[in-house]
Amino acid sequence: MNNITLGQYIPGNSIIHRLDPRTKIIWTAILMVEIFLINSWQEYVMMGAFTAILLLISNIPVKQTLKGIKPLLFILVLTALLNIFFVEGRILFSVGPVRVTYEGIISAVKLFVRLVMLIVTASLMTLTTTPMSMTDGIERLLKPFNKIGVPSHEIAMMMSIALRFIPTLLEEAQRIMKAQSSRGADFDTGSIFARVKSFIPVLVPLFVSAFMRADELAEAMESRCYRGGKGRTRMKTIRFSQLDLVSTLIGVLFTILVFGASLIRFR
Amino acid sequence: MSEIIKIDNASFEYRSQSGDNRRDSAVNGVSLSIDQGEFIVVLGRNGSGKSTLARLMNALLIPTDGVVYIDGMDTRDEDLTWEIRKTLGLVFQNPDNQIVSTTVEEDVAFGPENLGVPPVQIRDRVDRSLKLVDMQDYTEHSPHMLSGGQKQRVAIAGILAMEPKCIVLDEATSMLDPAGRKEVLSILRRLNKENGITVLHITHHMDEAVYADRVFIMQEGKIVHQGTPESIFDNIEVIREAGLNVPRIAEVAHKLRKKNYIDRIPLTIDHMVPVLKNLLKDKASLHPGAKLNNNGISSEKRSLPEDGEDIIKVRDLSYVYMPGTTFEKKALKNITLNVKKGEILGIIGHTGSGKSTLVQHFNGILKPTSGTIEVDGIDAISKNLKELRRKVGLIFQYPEQQLFEETVYKDIIFGLNRMDLSDEEIKRRVFYVTELLGISPELLEKSPFELSGGQKRRVAIAGVLVMEPEVLVLDEPTAGLDPIGSYEVYKILTELNREKGTTIVLISHSMDDVAEYCDRAAVINHGELMMCDTVQKVFSKTEELKSYGLDIPQITKLFSRLNSEGYNFPLPILTVDDAVDAIEMTIKNSGGDN
Repeated sequence: MNNITLGQYIPGNSIIHRLDPRTKIIWTAILMVEIFLINSWQEYVMMGAFTAILLLISNIPVKQTLKGIKPLLFILVLTALLNIFFVEGRILFSVGPVRVTYEGIISAVKLFVRLVMLIVTASLMTLTTTPMSMTDGIERLLKPFNKIGVPSHEIAMMMSIALRFIPTLLEEAQRIMKAQSSRGADFDTGSIFARVKSFIPVLVPLFVSAFMRADELAEAMESRCYRGGKGRTRMKTIRFSQLDLVSTLIGVLFTILVFGASLIRFR
Repeated sequence: MSEIIKIDNASFEYRSQSGDNRRDSAVNGVSLSIDQGEFIVVLGRNGSGKSTLARLMNALLIPTDGVVYIDGMDTRDEDLTWEIRKTLGLVFQNPDNQIVSTTVEEDVAFGPENLGVPPVQIRDRVDRSLKLVDMQDYTEHSPHMLSGGQKQRVAIAGILAMEPKCIVLDEATSMLDPAGRKEVLSILRRLNKENGITVLHITHHMDEAVYADRVFIMQEGKIVHQGTPESIFDNIEVIREAGLNVPRIAEVAHKLRKKNYIDRIPLTIDHMVPVLKNLLKDKASLHPGAKLNNNGISSEKRSLPEDGEDIIKVRDLSYVYMPGTTFEKKALKNITLNVKKGEILGIIGHTGSGKSTLVQHFNGILKPTSGTIEVDGIDAISKNLKELRRKVGLIFQYPEQQLFEETVYKDIIFGLNRMDLSDEEIKRRVFYVTELLGISPELLEKSPFELSGGQKRRVAIAGVLVMEPEVLVLDEPTAGLDPIGSYEVYKILTELNREKGTTIVLISHSMDDVAEYCDRAAVINHGELMMCDTVQKVFSKTEELKSYGLDIPQITKLFSRLNSEGYNFPLPILTVDDAVDAIEMTIKNSGGDN
């Protein structure tokens, strides 16, 4: 339960670490869209190289990123396999009714690589950004939408409180499960219905305690003069620096390079 | 000196339609005045209105009647609310539920950020505040990795960063272990002495009141007594009536005064030693203990037969926490231990030593990485968990947090539903446990969430006792309870042990309680069993216990101090009654000599 890699910050001082979280959030989004759009071999190679370079300069151990892929490996392989079997085209060989086609293999490999690149890009952001500066970045990015009723500060505050309390609540869930099994609760046997029902003795206390915590936390925040985002300053201010400017330019150049080629070709 | 807090006949009533029982009860016509720089301790039972009083001072609650002034500001004036909260900071009971941010420094910055302090100054304030509570090495740490004492220090730093004149702590030490409490208390005394910050500390640990300038005693929403600690603890009847107790040293003094041996009530060992020396000096002999033997003392302690039957046999047990990950930790190392049938065994050790991990093996919640464990002939590693859990009842810390049913009755019988018992048998058992625990029958049809904290704890204990286990294992059964609440829990356990012969294993941080209620004690340090012997023998090894970061009972400490100054009392002396006996015998014996 405790080895959730997604969202776990690894301290460091690389260029990627030092970027403004807004830069990172926006470029992660753009890169993810680009990964969905690429199609030709050349584009795959360029995109793959770019992701690899980012990973290298971030100084994040490759092992750590692979850890993020591990829990999703099953889905990755499954979707890739489905592609092999169901894409029509030149038949390479067939086993019974199952035909494996050349196009099928190509599209399976492409899909697999594409998904891995997506995961690496996303975890690159979460691994190099503290939860606090991430929520700060989101808050600042959403600020222009305040006028149309988006509560940017509240959203960011909710996210950071959620991040703060996830480990606490996980610990608590484990403790309550142990306590209920000591009283004879059984979580592992019986029909699916019985098993779902067996979690009531865990969920009810967990919810009760979560509400109690929320109540107490609200009181503690109020007594520390919290009154929403208005007039609030931050100890760590985020600033769009020269580094961000340069990175953004590189990103734009890269995008032109990748897609410019295919645009010319389409003409 | 200027007046920082002035309360003029303030009352507060909760409108009870919400059935909000977590809240403390009302405050009823309280008047008080506190000067800048004072160190005040407020004592009172759970539900005496202490927490409500704290919230009135912080303008979290506005008095329904009367006035509260903080540094001259009326809390009813909404324009002053933020200035009041800046002047008087509040630290809450639960360390987890007041930390907002994911890193220590960000959390300390939370207050000044809300006040709109410029970023550079916030950085400065955060660094200074963390230094004041000795947490400067933890700036980037994640709060959930800290100990309870460290979390409360972070919470105090968070208040200090708002540069207050006064800090109010609402039972901020009640969820901490003794080491954590010591840390917090020494920080508070330092802030008070060196930085001139007014401290108002609400607690139900009597020994924390000893260092206060003034003590207030609250009972049913009123301040019933106030004065210096000496004058407050001088009148034991008044203290008892408020549902409290006096520190154990003072209890000895009271008993001696009743017998006209002394006329003062010292509160600490430092003050008690000269008083006793004075009492014993004209009794000539510096070796009075020569005439005493061990049998004369500790008469209350039963001696269990040496060769008693073992109900739990732990052999060479090791447990590795999260093997194969970066968090891998050897929690228990080669533990061999026997629990004797019918005894009360105390398990002691500092926080994180592996005590809880050990007892969770007793009913198969955890499986050993290596080694064996046998309960009354059943292999605890086997698949026969049902049988095992019927024999061994395990009550976790703060068991009231596991209540979930619609009614108290249903919650109590939750464990019985899987035991195929007849309706009569179930009724008989419920009747027995509710009788034993003092749960009145009309509570049975109520929702467990409507009960008070103490009642909830009893219901949760009932839910395990109703399974009639042969061994009852409790992880800090009195955590968070006030003195009378703890006393009642121990009374119930002793009764259960004496009448039903239930074997009891309990984890406790209170050495005083272990000395008083347990037959034997097992000492765990860094996952290893260091000692397991009768409490007399264990607590006679004072130096060894200290090296494991453990305290020794106050009484034992007092007598080893006396012995180091030339007396010859047979150690260890563990309980208040033993102490009084020992002193009395010394006086009589040496009196006869002369």
